[in-house]
Amino acid sequence: MRAFLILEDGTVFSGEHFGANRDAVCEIVFNTGLTGYLELLTDASYAGQAIVMSSPVIGNYGVFVEHGEADRPWAEALIVRDLTHLVHDPRSAEDLDDYLTRHDIPGLKGVDTRQLTLRLREHGTMNGKITTNENFDKEEVIAEIRAWRNDHPVVRVSRKTAAVYPAGAIGRVYRNEDVNDELVRELPSEAMKPLGYKVDESITRRFKVAMLDFGLKQNIVWNLTRRGCEVTVYPWNTPMSEILAAKPDGVMLSNGPGDPMDCADILPGIRELHDSGVPTFAICLGHQLMALATGAKTTRLKYGHRGINHPVQDLATGRVYITSQNHGYVVIDESIDLSLSDVSHRHLNDNSIEGLKYKNGTVKTVQYHPEGAPGPLDSDYLFDEFMKMMEV
Amino acid sequence: MPARTDIERVMVIGSGPIIIGQAAEFDYAGTQACQALKSEGYKVILVNSNPATIMTDSNMADRVYIEPLQIDVIQNIMIEERVDALLATLGGQTGLNFAMELSENGFLEKHNIKLLGTTAEGIFRGEDREAFRAAMMKINEPCIPSGTAGSVEECLQMADKIGYPVIVRPAFTLGGTGGGIAADEKSLREFAASGLAASRVHQVLIERSIAGWKEIEFEAVRDAAGNAITICSMENLDPVGVHTGDSIVIAPAQTLHDLEYQKLRSSALKIVNELGIVGGCNVQFAQHPTTAEYAVIEVNPRLSRSSALASKATGYPIAKVASKIAAGYTLDEIPNAVTGTTSACFEPAIDYIVMKIPKWPFDKFVKARRTLGTQMKATGEIMAIGSTVEAALLKAIRSLELGLQGLHLPALAQLNDEMLWLKICTADDTRLFSLAEGLRRGFSIDEIYDRTMIDKFFLCKIDNIVNTEQKLLLSKGNCDFELINNAMKMGFNNSWIAQLSGLDREEIVRLRAANNQTQTYKMVDTCAGEYDAITPYFYSTTDINNEAKRTERKKVLVIGSGPIRIGQGIEFDYCSVHSVWALRELGYEAIIANNNPETVSTDFDTSDRLYFEPLTADDVEAIIANEKPDGCICQFGGQTAIKLIKKISDLGVPILGTSADMVDAAEDRKRFDEILEVCGIDRPAGTTVTSTEEALAAASDLGYPVLVRPSYVLGGQGMAIVHNDEDMIEYMRIINMVEQEHPILVDKYLMGVELEVDAVSDGENILIPGIMEHLERAGVHSGDSISIFPAYIPDRVRDTIVEYTSRIAKEMNIIGLINIQFILFNDKIYIIEVNPRSSRTVPYISKVTGIPIVNLATRIMLGAKLVDFSYGTGLFARYPAVYAIKAPVFSFEKLHDVDTNLGPEMKSTGEVLGLSTTYSEAMYKAILASGFRFPAAGAGVLMTVADNDKSDLVPLAEKLSAMGYELYGTGGTANYLNKHGIPCSSVRKMEENSPNVVDLIDQGRVKLLINTESPHGQLGGLNGFKLRRRAIEHGVATITSLDTLVAVTECLQRKLNPQDLKTWEISKFAEIVKQTRHNCLPLNELPLDNVMLKK
Repeated sequence: MRAFLILEDGTVFSGEHFGANRDAVCEIVFNTGLTGYLELLTDASYAGQAIVMSSPVIGNYGVFVEHGEADRPWAEALIVRDLTHLVHDPRSAEDLDDYLTRHDIPGLKGVDTRQLTLRLREHGTMNGKITTNENFDKEEVIAEIRAWRNDHPVVRVSRKTAAVYPAGAIGRVYRNEDVNDELVRELPSEAMKPLGYKVDESITRRFKVAMLDFGLKQNIVWNLTRRGCEVTVYPWNTPMSEILAAKPDGVMLSNGPGDPMDCADILPGIRELHDSGVPTFAICLGHQLMALATGAKTTRLKYGHRGINHPVQDLATGRVYITSQNHGYVVIDESIDLSLSDVSHRHLNDNSIEGLKYKNGTVKTVQYHPEGAPGPLDSDYLFDEFMKMMEV
Repeated sequence: MPARTDIERVMVIGSGPIIIGQAAEFDYAGTQACQALKSEGYKVILVNSNPATIMTDSNMADRVYIEPLQIDVIQNIMIEERVDALLATLGGQTGLNFAMELSENGFLEKHNIKLLGTTAEGIFRGEDREAFRAAMMKINEPCIPSGTAGSVEECLQMADKIGYPVIVRPAFTLGGTGGGIAADEKSLREFAASGLAASRVHQVLIERSIAGWKEIEFEAVRDAAGNAITICSMENLDPVGVHTGDSIVIAPAQTLHDLEYQKLRSSALKIVNELGIVGGCNVQFAQHPTTAEYAVIEVNPRLSRSSALASKATGYPIAKVASKIAAGYTLDEIPNAVTGTTSACFEPAIDYIVMKIPKWPFDKFVKARRTLGTQMKATGEIMAIGSTVEAALLKAIRSLELGLQGLHLPALAQLNDEMLWLKICTADDTRLFSLAEGLRRGFSIDEIYDRTMIDKFFLCKIDNIVNTEQKLLLSKGNCDFELINNAMKMGFNNSWIAQLSGLDREEIVRLRAANNQTQTYKMVDTCAGEYDAITPYFYSTTDINNEAKRTERKKVLVIGSGPIRIGQGIEFDYCSVHSVWALRELGYEAIIANNNPETVSTDFDTSDRLYFEPLTADDVEAIIANEKPDGCICQFGGQTAIKLIKKISDLGVPILGTSADMVDAAEDRKRFDEILEVCGIDRPAGTTVTSTEEALAAASDLGYPVLVRPSYVLGGQGMAIVHNDEDMIEYMRIINMVEQEHPILVDKYLMGVELEVDAVSDGENILIPGIMEHLERAGVHSGDSISIFPAYIPDRVRDTIVEYTSRIAKEMNIIGLINIQFILFNDKIYIIEVNPRSSRTVPYISKVTGIPIVNLATRIMLGAKLVDFSYGTGLFARYPAVYAIKAPVFSFEKLHDVDTNLGPEMKSTGEVLGLSTTYSEAMYKAILASGFRFPAAGAGVLMTVADNDKSDLVPLAEKLSAMGYELYGTGGTANYLNKHGIPCSSVRKMEENSPNVVDLIDQGRVKLLINTESPHGQLGGLNGFKLRRRAIEHGVATITSLDTLVAVTECLQRKLNPQDLKTWEISKFAEIVKQTRHNCLPLNELPLDNVMLKK
């Protein structure tokens, strides 16, 4: 079936529909990554966004739900050049088309995704509508698109109740790998059913970490539990006093979708965390919120950083790491209170802030994703550093 | 860190001649390295024995030495040039081996020469099998587990440890008899028992079997500060087992999920960190198809074929970056030349699909076994870029120049299902087509996967192509535009759609235009569109938006030469690149179309615009439609470009240089004869035939021996010298097995001296840089002959050749280059071949005479005249006081079942040059550089020659015997020599009882085999063939022409050795040629033994 993408500047791309048969109005963003479409789809930071894959052939290895960053896709839609269908997959992976249909996510294929990427790069991120209605009224649609706003998506994607992951929990288990069923534990949660994991009993509990969930990528949790952390994940708006009262060894602020200023209400709590002396590590939206809480400002990037090939320089050592990124907002350089923090990492291409180190010695934050998923694992040393911070 | 200041003079070692496994990719890498180092202000001293390369151009490095790649020669040059640094990781395995040798023998340390890039220790740990395993163990990266066992019980224990299935290989047994793959304990017991029994030392090697695993490569770059990135991942279509050089490769890897991908990527980075790579490195992995298991197969701690592919696939100039890193820069300090705004420290994002398919020489070597395994057989490769897998695949097929438009190989239709299954399950050069044929017949993807372990992803894509092809076939002309559109998007070209659907091709073109779906072009920009790029490097898709916007500049399209194959090698890339450079000098926008990822021509900054496309009529037509060039140059791209000249001319694009009509005249027997008649030049008598009866009649008229060949062929394909009716009948039978489009040519075979010229012509005057002579008598293909400049011929003959060349050039209105081959027979000059285009000898003669032949030719095509330049007209160098001798290089070790006997069909893959002021030293250098192993004094020499060669052998055998060589001969040869008083032990022939010649070779008692046969071309005797193969496989030097033996004997007599050779900087050499170019008589040492003097 023919389907269309209409952008707010009036550009129309046509292709074929796949996945769920419904219209979608959302922000349109492109990702240049070569692998990991499932991880992208299930990354809650994409809530309210349709992902345009620059990599042209998608769906090649199907879907292993256990590799997801959540148990459901959060992206609004998927736009690809070419979609691969599976034929009796030897690993019993699910077909991507089926997976999206099952989760009510529409897809658009056969699109000149390179041209769409160039359009978004030149114009900046735009809203758009995906529809199978051939007789759409362009003016009407554009009005609808323009009126749409990705309104405080954190509320939608964050957990509603707290959950605990034991130290030694190993996630992203390979299909066909020996997963001891007895060890896959079900955890109660409304918004997010648990992803299967196994527990490595040889890993003992070293730290208790509290995680604020703004749209948490599950692999951040797995990175902690693998290092011997017991992780308690809290809804995004849990009062900081309540979290600190549980006396965690460290606190993490997760990634998440949308404009960080949507979360303005909780900034005082985050400032409280900054001042508390509890070792804190923050990723992506968490990084932005800590900056806002300490007086800095954020702004929207023209078309964001979304991909798995972004070079980030650690200013302390000069070393460059290839990182996984997904952010549309960025901390403004001039707005930083230099009495509170220093820039620790910068993007090699546009020199934007990629990491902050706070002078109180207990807070480190990065804009990019050391947990990869998808993307390089080059920066997972940052988790080790977090462990060291908690050791002190 | 900025560039290092403790070094000034850097040596770059090239990779030598093109052989299977080491091709043009190192010309590309070396050229980039020289440019990068020069731009940093270093003096670059280059050594390479291959004269057909761009890197050996005198302006590429500060000092260029085209000298044999021998350790002594290299050391001498290093001392003479006061070299203080060595960059050796860009010259293939050859360059790397020299670096290791120079490091191990203490030379580098003694002369305080720094090894740039990866340290010798790092290279050693990457190359040495045991050291590498130890390094992997240290960083916890899995190698393929293996061990040895001496009993069945030990085998079982070993297998339990490393995991089933296991391969059992008996130790010290050739050919693997007694081994096998055991899936469980029961079968292991059987294989272990038989394997132990088969082994002479009662020992077997047990190795984890990774058959059916995916083969994945990562190309990594690391700087001295420890920043490490991967440039590109590549996935082989065939599972582990086929050499990566013989594999169909897709980039980036398509079937790995993120966990697998990142695991392998992290592993690659861990490995390059552990080895301390400073520069580029290739890491190969095997990934289990369904579980998390993987294994490191090997690394190449240097630039490789894969890095050239990765460079072209991504636009990331790995060789340039690796050179800058070697000079001391860190990755973040090096700019990304493609975007101009970002740094080289990033990983390319790819928004298209790249497909590489090797080009195999089986069309030349019809007898060679076509199955693929661990020994690489391909001579070259092509790369195709598409927006889907199907499109990339179809473009790749077209780029191979197999005469196929799609995945349809008609011959396969004749196989029954059982035979087809057999083909599908065999890795060979046509497997892709067998898979398609199977899917066409309804073989299930599941079953094909089960039997081949080729990932279903690829099978599905092939199936998509087959389905579309079937729909077009079924439509019988009634297809709607949607079907055409789908086919187009899948990469079917207009001609193929027309042929399948029965629609008129023009109708398809019209429909596409009407629906606004013409060919558009997208840019390769390293970043998937994320940043603005300034690199005009394009591939075609069928979309609406076109990124290759035409500019208003005057523009010329140069057609490249496609994949490297026997008969069409790197020399044509040399010519294409020089033409492009000349055009740029003249202010034209130079556009190149080519598809060979190994070459300089497809480097993103060689031309103003690069179209990475198949070179077929349809694809070139689309480029022309997009660019509307002011002219097109087809003279430099070998037969590939010449084949397109008529089509391009018909499109109304002005052909720069000789017209399409005259190109046709040179190929058309009748028209060519008319031209010769007008010019008053003779050619060997001959005629054309279509049937065996006519062929026999013609031969009877002309008198045997005759030369027979199909018209319109490259590199003497299908050419043979026929001596009697019986052979003629056999030849015609073989040649007619394939339907012949054109008649067969039958010519009187004249056994004279072959002479060759390349000339530049402006229509009024000609310029011949020099006349070359072929050492081997006519009958050996010119590409396989040792070529000597200057030719040792009387001045009278020299003048005749110049005169004839001038007449032909004028009569054919040659504008640009012409190559002519003559025969001097009974004191008379005959013409045997005219090629109105550049030739194999152009780079070599250009370098030794210092005349920029291609540059002049390009300027002339655009209106310049020879009198505008300073090189004069007529013959530039008559008999200068130097010798430049070009020797062919073969790859016989790599191709079993290929006869090493030289004949009219070309077999060599590359060439080397020997330069000297004396004939014998030049000859020695050339033969030495070609890899010939001169036998040491006292070694055994086995002689078995044809009757008509026996008298010529006598003086040569006498000399060899006098020098102390121990001569052996088969009955006739030994008797003949003994009769002439030369000691020669008689040995029984192969077909006779043991001990015979075979035992002699197997026991290593001979180091040189001299074997000639009455020339039968392809029809030669089986025993001679077996003997020659045996010799090659035992590393015995083989000579199949007494003319070659004359040269070798001369070298042996002079007792030359590598450390005493005088080396020549190429521009100095050319200067001597220039100064002595008017010499008419041989002033130096005469090649007295040259057989031709006797005639």
